[in-house]
Amino acid sequence: MTPFHLEVRNVRKSFGRKVLFDAVSFDVRLGESFAVTGKNGSGKSTLMKIICGVLTPNGGSVRYVVNDKEIPLSHVAPHIGLVSPYLNMYEEFTGEENLRLFAKIRGIGVRQDDIHGLLQRFGIFEHRNKEARFYSSGMKQRLKYCAALLHRPALLFLDEPTANLDDIGIAVVREVMREQRQRAALVFATNESEDLSFADRVLDLSRLKIG
Amino acid sequence: MVTPIPYQVFVKEVASEFRTRYALNALLMFVVTTLTMVVFSLGDNTVPYEILSGMLWIVIFFSAMSGLSRTFVTEEERGTSLTLRLLTSATNVYIGKFLYNVVLILAMSVFIAFAYRLIIDDFVVRSSSIFWTTIVLGGIGLAAASTILAAIIAKANTKGTLFPVLAFPVLLPLLLTCIRATVLSVEGAFFSEAFKDFQILVSFSVVMIAASVIVFEYVWND
Repeated sequence: MTPFHLEVRNVRKSFGRKVLFDAVSFDVRLGESFAVTGKNGSGKSTLMKIICGVLTPNGGSVRYVVNDKEIPLSHVAPHIGLVSPYLNMYEEFTGEENLRLFAKIRGIGVRQDDIHGLLQRFGIFEHRNKEARFYSSGMKQRLKYCAALLHRPALLFLDEPTANLDDIGIAVVREVMREQRQRAALVFATNESEDLSFADRVLDLSRLKIG
Repeated sequence: MVTPIPYQVFVKEVASEFRTRYALNALLMFVVTTLTMVVFSLGDNTVPYEILSGMLWIVIFFSAMSGLSRTFVTEEERGTSLTLRLLTSATNVYIGKFLYNVVLILAMSVFIAFAYRLIIDDFVVRSSSIFWTTIVLGGIGLAAASTILAAIIAKANTKGTLFPVLAFPVLLPLLLTCIRATVLSVEGAFFSEAFKDFQILVSFSVVMIAASVIVFEYVWND
């Protein structure tokens, strides 16, 4: 895996007068697993969006350094994957079409075998030709994992990793988290104590302390 | 073979439109309704060609307003704008969506122009080259302005009303120029006589596209 470094410095986000969080700083490097926790409304999902470059912070900076070269946030897409409740699939396309579309818009080439392999792993291969609007919330969550892992990202971001999943789905996700931590790097936001055991370090946004 | 990302965004828009028909149905219904109303309101009266030229562009403008905003509004409504933001850069999204709007509005304008000429006997175009050049350049200008305005209004609560309200002052110079060039086409003027109007239409599109590319990143990411 290519050496990389995620650097978050003094990130601040406010909505109107309400300051959600301030002075958030941390680093994530290859082989590390970093968790963000905190009570509801503390800004876990917002922080994940900021780090992924889809939301602009009110202050501070987020930098991605790959091979000692800084990558602008607008070009970070091929290096990251995100699974989030706020991320929706195109419901008019089938599961497989969604994955192909994601790869094409990311500007990466993928083989059919890779797509089918992922769909099989997450147990939705039989539903690959069904439009995503007919998927249950659990199946949609599984499809989001397929989309996030399709390009084998250097950094995988998981917001509420086990939300909407049954026991089998949760087992697959924990296996993915374990693999990602060994192969590249993992950043996730959760309040599940079992998920938190995958983290090397935990940032509690409610207290803003890294433990 | 890896094709340019804006083209992939464009293909996604076309495929999505053919599956959902969000914009196509709205556009088609609006065009049919307005053309029918125009025909019935004119009746057997003889209307000056200057008025008929203006009415053609009123039909095109309001039809465009009913359909072009959908390209960003549907992304917000379905919650897929975050997905798209994650997948590629703002510039790629803008170019892809702009190309889609150009194709949509050109198809719509050509359809309206043919139907208008067919059902309104008094509207006789004597210089087809001026007429079709105006339709094409006007369509590109409309798409350029509509694309960035659609992105701006997509996050507002009053999307439906805000779009034509914002678009009207921005598009007024374009519409007036298009009407003037259409009048020339009905009068049977030489192509060179409409050259000044074409220069204005091209300049409008260039300025609008350049400004949009700069502004879009801020609109899209916040």
